Amino acid sequence: MDQLLQHLLNGLLLGSTYSLLGIGLTLVFGLMNVVNFAHGEFYTLGAYAAFAVLVGLSVNFFLALPLAIVVGGLAGAGCEWLLLRPLRGASIDTTMLVMIGLWIALQNGELLAWGGVAKSVPTPFSTTPLVLGPVSVSALRIFVFVTSIVLIVGAHLLLARTRLGRAMRATFQDRETAALMGVSIERIHTVTFALGAGLAAAAGALLGPVFLLYPSMGDLASQKAFSVVILGGLGNFAGAAVGGVLLGVAEELGAGYVSSGYRDAVGFVIIVAMLLVRPSGLFARAERVG
Amino acid sequence: MRRAAAARGALVLAVAASAPFWVWNPYHLHTLIMAGIFAVLALSLNLLLGYTGQLSLGHAAFFGIGAYASALLTVKLEWSAWIGLLAAVLLPALTGWGIGRLALKLRGAYFVLLTISFAGVVSLVSVNWMDLTNGPLGIPGVPALAVALPGLPELSLRSKPAFFYVVLIAVVVAYVVCRRLIASRSGRALVALRENETLAASVGIDGTHYLVVAAVISAGMAGAAGGLYAHYTRFVSPEVFFFTYTVTMVIMVVAGGKGTLAGPIVGAVIFTVLPETLRALTSWHWQMLLYGVLLIATLFFMPRGIVPTLRDRWRRA
Repeated sequence: MDQLLQHLLNGLLLGSTYSLLGIGLTLVFGLMNVVNFAHGEFYTLGAYAAFAVLVGLSVNFFLALPLAIVVGGLAGAGCEWLLLRPLRGASIDTTMLVMIGLWIALQNGELLAWGGVAKSVPTPFSTTPLVLGPVSVSALRIFVFVTSIVLIVGAHLLLARTRLGRAMRATFQDRETAALMGVSIERIHTVTFALGAGLAAAAGALLGPVFLLYPSMGDLASQKAFSVVILGGLGNFAGAAVGGVLLGVAEELGAGYVSSGYRDAVGFVIIVAMLLVRPSGLFARAERVG
Repeated sequence: MRRAAAARGALVLAVAASAPFWVWNPYHLHTLIMAGIFAVLALSLNLLLGYTGQLSLGHAAFFGIGAYASALLTVKLEWSAWIGLLAAVLLPALTGWGIGRLALKLRGAYFVLLTISFAGVVSLVSVNWMDLTNGPLGIPGVPALAVALPGLPELSLRSKPAFFYVVLIAVVVAYVVCRRLIASRSGRALVALRENETLAASVGIDGTHYLVVAAVISAGMAGAAGGLYAHYTRFVSPEVFFFTYTVTMVIMVVAGGKGTLAGPIVGAVIFTVLPETLRALTSWHWQMLLYGVLLIATLFFMPRGIVPTLRDRWRRA
């Protein structure tokens, strides 16, 4: 029973970052109709950006996260401006292939920049776990969880409460009408992609210190993000938030009770099963942004 | 026009078949053999991407299943390498049928994600099922192909020139299979589905049926390439499931010209010879980076690929 509780807690803590990843991907798909296979690369970028400013410039640990988000967001805006804006109106297959090209180019760029040796990020947190009754948890993981929740709520408020968010939701519902009402679709697209990339970078900067940094770490992140998005339904914000936690818990239970070698297969199996049984996601009724 | 095309084909084939006589360097011949194996793979992916419009990012799985099927049958059961090769076609084809039945109800991004996930699971199985696959250590000692005709001494196809002809035959067979399929009723149905599925369905074309046919043939061809690869390198490891194989196939098809028969072959030759030429100058990672950039550049500046673009320019001139 204690073991089950521990797995559930670990799943919840890990799942919060999966939610972060999934929300970024689902926003880009829902708003721009772009299947972003380069999503995991912004995760990698965020992790390495945090590492670079922490170790290279020795800034404060808590300052590295916002810096990583800014770097990820700017890189996302740049990629959108350079690669996706000229292709607006192109078929979804073309943009998907372009994103695959971007994924390969960025990943090998990271490899050239940082080398293949895994790096670990120093943290100010003590490594001795906090014992809370039957379960134990490291302070770092609690920090990761709390920050993820703050960022998810922040993204939700941005969409639900601000003028920009309203323009984004309007674009999602009906692009032409939104444009007629004076919404700059170009700007909304750039902002959306930057937001998605920034959220992925945040997840990378948060999970980097938990695991190790290596240039192909984005592949797993992309895979998790896609699993989350498929669970929640493509374009569904709340679905991605819940889907992330579900995936985290499912992985922990799979690794704990089935086989740790197949931990990463859980996401794949979820994708296959969901696509075959319920391709519109678990929460199909609410398929909208915000 | 038809006669000119046939003459061109015969010329290309003659030049290719004479290659072992003027390519002396074994390393260069090795590059050509790999180009041939990739040409079969690219033709296989093109059947789906080019003619049905569905992108499979799980093709390395069929390649790998073919390689493992042939390697396991010949190493563990000591069956003939030719039966191994046959299994390398049939097992992936059967898998392709199963996946096709399930996946081809889906389209676009959903189909892509399902194929990636399928390949991911297969790859994890190849690493973790130690008893069957020997895990990351792989299976060494896969026998070379050999021809044993009654009354004659056994002829080993271990040498590079001999294997080059095996691969060349495989490319020709793959090309003819694709050509026959495209020219058939099924092929016209596939193109109709790619262009407008709703319209095709309205005239009674059963979309899923034809897409499954394409998936089975495509998977069998990718498996054959895997079997050939296993008997050529004589070693199989989970590396055959690497995503880089799929990426390379996609680039060959898109850059060469999807939806044409010559495009994937041209793409396969260019993208096998080019990296080998660049290898002297740059590292592997620069090459992969260049692949990514080239894929994007092709989609921006030559969205139909090299072969259709050049063909148009040729005709206008």
